[in-house]
Amino acid sequence: MSGSAEEIVFDNVSKVFPGTGGAYAVRNLSFTVARGELVAILGKTGCGKSTTFNILAGLIQPTEGRVLVKGHDPFRNFDWFRGKIGIVFQNDRLMPWRTAIDNVALGLELNRVPRTERLEIAARWLERLGLGAHAEDYVHALSGGMRQRVSMARAFAIKPDILLCDEPFSALDEVTGNSLRAEFLELVRETEATGIFITHSIGEAIQLGRRILVFHRPARIAYEATFDGMTSDAEREHVRANILRALSGTATVSKEEARP
Amino acid sequence: MADATEPAGERGETPRNARFGWMKVKLESVVALGALAVLWQIVSYFVPHFLFPPVPEIASRFVDIFSHWNTIDDALATAAHILLGLAGAFVLGTVLAVLMGRSERLQRYVHPLLNFNQGVPALSWVVFAIIWFKGMEFRIFFIMVMTTLPAFSFQILDAYRSMSKDLFEMTVSFRPSRLDLLRTLIVPTVVPGILTAWKVNLGNASRVVVVAELVGSTGGIGYELLEQQQLFDMAGAIAWTLVLVAFVLVVQRVITLLEDLLLDYRPVAERAR
Repeated sequence: MSGSAEEIVFDNVSKVFPGTGGAYAVRNLSFTVARGELVAILGKTGCGKSTTFNILAGLIQPTEGRVLVKGHDPFRNFDWFRGKIGIVFQNDRLMPWRTAIDNVALGLELNRVPRTERLEIAARWLERLGLGAHAEDYVHALSGGMRQRVSMARAFAIKPDILLCDEPFSALDEVTGNSLRAEFLELVRETEATGIFITHSIGEAIQLGRRILVFHRPARIAYEATFDGMTSDAEREHVRANILRALSGTATVSKEEARP
Repeated sequence: MADATEPAGERGETPRNARFGWMKVKLESVVALGALAVLWQIVSYFVPHFLFPPVPEIASRFVDIFSHWNTIDDALATAAHILLGLAGAFVLGTVLAVLMGRSERLQRYVHPLLNFNQGVPALSWVVFAIIWFKGMEFRIFFIMVMTTLPAFSFQILDAYRSMSKDLFEMTVSFRPSRLDLLRTLIVPTVVPGILTAWKVNLGNASRVVVVAELVGSTGGIGYELLEQQQLFDMAGAIAWTLVLVAFVLVVQRVITLLEDLLLDYRPVAERAR
């Protein structure tokens, strides 16, 4: 990973929320993500994954350390990232007063894309995700899986350089979740966006991430594995076992590469 | 985008014909009001007419009001007093609600003042207005604003506060300008609260305007009611009261129509009827 290709840099980042008696939500966290890389961040509930996510999105400021996304501080240079970061949240966060197509077009609208153009783009994304027939439906008429598809389309429609996903499939049933995960992976490959994928599912992390960072509380890396998707079953099991050990706190910080 | 152009009535759970359900006259309402009229008419046979005038006489007086320009003028004056007063309170209430929503400190100062205001009777504001101001119209406007301001402020503040944190974060993540944030998120969030506030305050305003005109005006329905009282004319008093009630019902229907148009994204079952 060359320095110039580093799209995301977390350098010794810590976060303490006011009123928590100085407890660290994130402590001395350092990692980098290369351009076009999809990194899965895995950890138990309350390990600081979402705080890390919010720092990356520029929604909160770290207490200490330096965060750079495409060479800019996402909190201080907040407006610079307009149109550059796409986010898929845990719940769909669709505006109920907008139709599916208008929800997809929201980011484009805020980026001042002309109405006709943005509706064309939004319609293409809805078609791409199998929701062409529901473009004019309001949110209440869509199922949970359809809503999350609209939410994905909204994030991809702005052609983001950086894609941040916060457990987007955790609230869906297994069949819908699996189907969406496969579509998501395909879209990330197509768009070549740099992605951070927060999850608490080991299977999901192994399926999606080319690299997996396992967090331990307060957010620090307990284990790191790099592999290029198609690993053998034995290697997958090896990584899975190490992740389980790291999550249970019995593994020390380590880094390994698993390749088919 | 062929799918996006299919008729709205065939999509989801919000067919267009459901939007205009308010047009259907509710049979129950007609039956209830008809029963009241029949009961009144029966009582009028046994009680002196100056106490319980017969329904046809009331109806005739009601029609008379709309047959002369000077009485039409009185009815329109009251309508204008109500609508202008509500509009003034709405604008001021919105400004106060937004300022309170944005500043916790300001809210700590303004909230007790509005609470205090809620305890002041409408009649006190009438007396204050007569002592403080010369202009008849401004007096009524002032009374209307002061009596409906707290409810507008509190209801719009509640709507502002009920804004989803999730939607706020999502919208902010796109880095919108302040105006875009207001347009795309805040306004659609508070619209239902604003419409409810108008509905609630309309009833309050119609009661207060009569008191204001009764004491401090030379025109309007309140003034006409005072005249009927001095003439001991029950049929006239009821006819003028019915004019006010009719006005309130018409405006409520207009607000319901606006609700149907602006909130048509809601499932049919969640809409106000």
